[in-house]
Amino acid sequence: MASERPLLDLSPRLPPPAADLPKPIPSSRSSTRFRGSLDRINFAPEVLGPGAGAALRYGSRAESSRSGASQKDIPDEDARIVFINDSARTNSRLEFAGNSIRTAKYSFLTFLPRNLYEQFHRVAYIYFLVIAILNQLPQLAVFGRGASILPLAFVLFVTAVKDAYEDWRRHRSDRIENNRTALVFSAGGYFCPKRWKQIRVGEIIKILSNETLPCDIVLLSTSDPTGVAYVQTINLDGESNLKTRYAKQETLLRAPEKQGIAGLIRCEQPNRNIYGFHAHMEIDGKRVSLGPSNIVLRGCELKNTSWVVGVAIYAGRETKVMLNSSGSPSKRSRLETHMNRETLLLSGLLLTLCTVVAVLAGIWLGIHKSELDLAQFFRKRDYSNNEDDNYNYYGIGMEVFFRFLMAVIVFQIMIPISLYISMELVRLGQAYFMIQDASLYDEGSHLRFQCRALNINEDLGQIKYVFSDKTGTLTENKMEFQCASISGIDFSSIKDLTAVDHSIHSVIVGDQYWRPNMTVKTDPDLFRLLRNKRDTEEGKHACDFFIALSACNTIVPLVIDTPDPAQRLIDYQGESPDEQALVYAAAAYGFVLVERTSGHIIIDVLGDRQRFDILGLHEFDSDRKRMSVIVGFPDKTVKLFVKGADSSMFGVVDETKNGSIIHETKSHLQAYSSLGLRTLVIGMRDLSREEFDEWHSSYEKASTALYGRGSLLKALATNIESNLEILGASGIEDKLQQGVPEAIQSLRQAGIKVWVLTGDKQETAISIGYSCKLLTAEMTQIVINIDSKESCRKRLEDAFVMTRNLPGMEAAKTQFALIIDGSSLVYILETELEEELFRVAASCHVVLCCRVAPLQKAGIVALIKKRTDDMTLAIGDGANDVSMIQMADVGIGISGQEGRQAVMASDFAMGQFRFLVPLLLVHGHWNYQRMAYMILYNFYKNSVFVFILFWYVLYTAFSLTTAITEWSSVLYSVIYTALPTIVVGILDKDLSRKTLLKYPQLYGSGQREERYNLRLFMLTMVDSVWQSLAIFFIPYLAYRHSTVDGSTIGDLWTLAVVMMVNVHLGMDVFRWNSITHATLWGCIAATFICVIIIDTIPVLPGYWAIFHIMETWAFWFCLVAILVAGMLPRFAAKAITEFFRPNDIQITRELEKFRNINDRSSSSEVAMSTFAIHQQQQQQNDSRDFVL
Amino acid sequence: MEMEGGSSLGSGGAVQPISFPSWRQRVFYKFTQQNLSACKPALSPTLVITLFLLMGIAFVPVGLICLRASENVEEFVVRYDIECIPENYRGNKVAYIKDETISKRCTLSIKMLNHMKAPIYVYYELDNYYQNHRRYVKSRSDKQLLHGLQLNDISSCLPVESHNGLPVVPCGLIAWSFFNDTFTFHRKALNLSVNRKNISWKSDRDHKFGKDVYPFNFQNDTLVGGGKLDPSIPLNEQEDLIVWMRVAALPKFRKLYGIIEEDLDADELLTVHLMNNYNTYSFGGKKNLVLTTSNWLGGKNSFLGISYIATGCCSILASILFALIHVKNPRPQREPSCSVWSRKSSSR
Repeated sequence: MASERPLLDLSPRLPPPAADLPKPIPSSRSSTRFRGSLDRINFAPEVLGPGAGAALRYGSRAESSRSGASQKDIPDEDARIVFINDSARTNSRLEFAGNSIRTAKYSFLTFLPRNLYEQFHRVAYIYFLVIAILNQLPQLAVFGRGASILPLAFVLFVTAVKDAYEDWRRHRSDRIENNRTALVFSAGGYFCPKRWKQIRVGEIIKILSNETLPCDIVLLSTSDPTGVAYVQTINLDGESNLKTRYAKQETLLRAPEKQGIAGLIRCEQPNRNIYGFHAHMEIDGKRVSLGPSNIVLRGCELKNTSWVVGVAIYAGRETKVMLNSSGSPSKRSRLETHMNRETLLLSGLLLTLCTVVAVLAGIWLGIHKSELDLAQFFRKRDYSNNEDDNYNYYGIGMEVFFRFLMAVIVFQIMIPISLYISMELVRLGQAYFMIQDASLYDEGSHLRFQCRALNINEDLGQIKYVFSDKTGTLTENKMEFQCASISGIDFSSIKDLTAVDHSIHSVIVGDQYWRPNMTVKTDPDLFRLLRNKRDTEEGKHACDFFIALSACNTIVPLVIDTPDPAQRLIDYQGESPDEQALVYAAAAYGFVLVERTSGHIIIDVLGDRQRFDILGLHEFDSDRKRMSVIVGFPDKTVKLFVKGADSSMFGVVDETKNGSIIHETKSHLQAYSSLGLRTLVIGMRDLSREEFDEWHSSYEKASTALYGRGSLLKALATNIESNLEILGASGIEDKLQQGVPEAIQSLRQAGIKVWVLTGDKQETAISIGYSCKLLTAEMTQIVINIDSKESCRKRLEDAFVMTRNLPGMEAAKTQFALIIDGSSLVYILETELEEELFRVAASCHVVLCCRVAPLQKAGIVALIKKRTDDMTLAIGDGANDVSMIQMADVGIGISGQEGRQAVMASDFAMGQFRFLVPLLLVHGHWNYQRMAYMILYNFYKNSVFVFILFWYVLYTAFSLTTAITEWSSVLYSVIYTALPTIVVGILDKDLSRKTLLKYPQLYGSGQREERYNLRLFMLTMVDSVWQSLAIFFIPYLAYRHSTVDGSTIGDLWTLAVVMMVNVHLGMDVFRWNSITHATLWGCIAATFICVIIIDTIPVLPGYWAIFHIMETWAFWFCLVAILVAGMLPRFAAKAITEFFRPNDIQITRELEKFRNINDRSSSSEVAMSTFAIHQQQQQQNDSRDFVL
Repeated sequence: MEMEGGSSLGSGGAVQPISFPSWRQRVFYKFTQQNLSACKPALSPTLVITLFLLMGIAFVPVGLICLRASENVEEFVVRYDIECIPENYRGNKVAYIKDETISKRCTLSIKMLNHMKAPIYVYYELDNYYQNHRRYVKSRSDKQLLHGLQLNDISSCLPVESHNGLPVVPCGLIAWSFFNDTFTFHRKALNLSVNRKNISWKSDRDHKFGKDVYPFNFQNDTLVGGGKLDPSIPLNEQEDLIVWMRVAALPKFRKLYGIIEEDLDADELLTVHLMNNYNTYSFGGKKNLVLTTSNWLGGKNSFLGISYIATGCCSILASILFALIHVKNPRPQREPSCSVWSRKSSSR
């Protein structure tokens, strides 16, 4: 594989910068990353920054605002004081955490108590524990000790084993991590290796290239003379590009080995904000402020820098990465919430049954009061100790009370304990299949689907709103340079690069060719202009334009080896994909950026390697929306290059010069953005000697200022970025992801409303809307982009009237699209206008929000979530989507170009937007229908059992005897019936993947909650009462006049109920595959075996009963009669509904079953490609099924 | 449009180097893609109609056979708990039964109605006797029945667990309340022998009741609940006890007393001498004597037959109903046009 090599070490060293030019100033830079993409720029005020979305999650807003305002003092009580190179003193006052980490939850001793404590957070477990404890009271002992505790113990044990295994793995990885070594400065005056776990705060650590940071450190010095270090933060936020960090000038030259270093750092207490840091360093009496660019966090990897030296400030569990390693937020699925409602109903039923038994027992005791003393079967009196005492009888009142409690114990499984475990197992299985699904596998990035939250699988089948980010979600976020407008001339007729000679854009270094890693299509006219007419005015402009593209950025070139020794690739690493695209474009036109240090860059200008000094750099900030760089040219001229969003650039352009160029450029920009391109404007100004000196001195002053440095620098930047000359503009295409239009269409056919929330400009957003078929030409667009609250209200009211009052037929036919921008939303969200917006938005088919800030995205999701019961799904890829992802019922992260922030916050993560279609339409549908059926079935199977017990109790003088042995009662939900429902819950499919994708409308069954509602629950309960009657009374009546004993008829009831519920399940199974067969019949067989085993224990009363009864014909006749009579009503009802009132799914099943016979050849679903087939059918269906 | 990533197994031989995946891999792939071959039963009208019809056709004859079998069984039930009390004690039955000085001998005359073929089973039937009452069911020690005095933990036998410091063998309420009415049958002054062997389950005799467990201190308490046992006979030969210890499932139950191995003719007069020892009077229980023949399905019980016939008839009725509906008002099958979304969009 290609190995990265630090370019700096390879390239021939150029002579130091000319003496008459001032030294470049690597200054403290703002932490705000320059995204370049307009999507990120506009609504990311500094306070929120790129981590703004994370603010909700990563700590208080105060925390992040503190990181922005860098000059506030930290009060002593809030500060952590670290003495550099003096860990003893650092830790003397307060012992800071050591560097050993512990992700494991339990130790050997604490495992049992802590694990049990965590498990008993489930209310259901407490219910079963209370019942088990009740059962231990001698008066209430219904079951034997073992039998009463077994189910709970089993469940607890299984979970504990699972937890223990996971914890053991964590222990192992902790041990490996803690025993890694790093170079630590020792008392002897040299660096020597030390285990990570022994590193303490205050120690000086040296990290070599490609090593991982053991703790959070403040940089003191680096191998680069200017103090730059490059780090990769892939372990921290998943972003693979290099980030730059700086050591302070004050400490830069002080090697601990030689001069020694002493001082103290006053920094904030450990917090989770990985993008914020705020501290002061006091060294040599000077006070230096430190920001996020001066620290390197644990987990980062040092790249391109041969060594760095830093002082540990946060260690172990106090490092930012450890503070951030909390699990994903826990959400609860809609179905489970409903399930709790039915569980309450069931507990009501349970209490009713118990009350009935208790009251009847009281009445019976009252009637037979006088007889009980001597009745042989009761024998109230105890004569054994020659005392005239009652035996185990406490008066009718107490008896009734005890009966009630005993009834609760006997009927306890009315609340299905096994359901909770089954649901978890089923979700695990469903997650496995979602992860394994080939149609959710991203070939490009080799990423599988990820299930990060395991308890909301079924919510995927009930989504009504999808909120999507645009950049990186609908589009690939792989920016491609498409066209440029240079001094008013449009160059947009691009051709494929292959037609042009390669050697032109290769840099020759020694005997090697260095080529950019990515090819860009170029415009031949522009190419010719650059090659042949460089001396003309136009040519010069074009040259400056491309030098600006190469220089005005923060891209770092990396050289990668290729298999061909003569050829190497230059890979441009940077934080903004737009910048990367621009640099690649410049390289394609022959302006190859070869090297960047903090002081200079080397650009190969059309084969001629030149060194440009970077004299100053104003980083991007969201107020200015532009960045600028001051470049010292080889010919000693100084130029300022500015790059930024058009809105901000035209304000600082000198309009007096080249008015026509400005005009032309503006019209080109209009054209570009209507094509859906992202535009940037490039400006330039020649700086005279005086201007530069003036700037330089104020820059020096500003960057050493103690207070208000940030605003001083900003003012300086604003000051110099003026009177610009327009060089041109660039258009970058953010390509739509594969299959996005089709996916959106499928989702909309499925009745899902797709809202796009983007930071892009309105024009760009609309054009993307058209290209992904979100908007169509027939739609009426309602655009709201207003800057005052009153006019917002007016506009919303108008819009509402408009959506309502279109005459009759028109209204149904016309679709509305609401396009609203962030500045209007400022006046709407969290005010009374929200309601208005909701009314309008609800009647629109498409909603497009442009230029929205991260928190506004969450606000829009909340707008829907608060007012409707509809399930919402948010999908996004960037840090700015985090708040939206966490707000929505289901959050999906796209693991794309913009790091893993979104993925870390999401419930599910995948590689492409189009996977949403199989995820929702296929897996969501399946998960929902499986889970819904499983919950109903579990309620049913347990209540059948309870009712059988109840009927029998009526014939035992209400004394709560059970004919079914206690072991069978216990094993009923563990062995007899558990496995088939789990297997069906994981494997059963009502419709095939193909059909579900062919008819997206089928998704509606989940949205309408057709598979689980109160009506179905009631019907199921009625059915369970009928079946229990059949199971109980057929044997009762058949054996009424016989010698049958309790154990024998109990065995019959046990087998009957198990066969009944399993056959019931079998009748509802849609697809019988080998596994279903095996478990279903296997379970019935297992029941027979268990009953036989129980009946071969001589000390149980039921010894050999099963063999005696199986010899008789009556037994088998009873079983058959029970099954048929019990199933008949359900079967008839099923047949009637399928016959008269079939729902969509049943119709489609018929279709599937009988059509497939004709096209068997193509029905091998294995070979099926979701989209290929989906598309073909789409075209056929469009006209037929879904004409709107 | 490009083919989907991983799904290239079937078609994308060129993409993947493995052109011939093994059977195992193929099945695993099918499994992970949830594409295991499966049978998809669907309820088509014809299927429903035939199913109902077949079920009906199968059930009605079976029901008839069962009914016929039950009708062939001759059963004779006579209640004797009231009759066997002398007139002067009718007002206070409990006093009569508790008075040990009065003879409990009683004679019943039975006139046979029909011919009964051997073997004729003799049962006693108790009613309103809750042998399934929780207090009662639990009050036994199966371990003691098997191991005798070796077992000391007899707490489950309360309130009849020990006497004079020694465990009662057999302990518990069930044994304590052992049924002790006896019956002898005479036919024209000739003794009719009743076979009292093998009336209990062989499994119980062999493995559940100990062969060296003797009821040495049984029923010695002040309060006598029922019959006594011969202390010299081990438990596994006390067949009446073994029968009694198999507690009945329902409050009205029969227990086997013996088997008459001779045919009884119609109109034959049978004299039963019985000892009416057992006290059911204190709680209003009833005692019956039952003579019955048997068949392959058990005793006389028409319920199974009737239920089969009823179920069968219901099925046939349902199938006819469905067939009528299907003929009169057929629903277009397999038409996507019936689906909700199509109806919705067409109604626009």
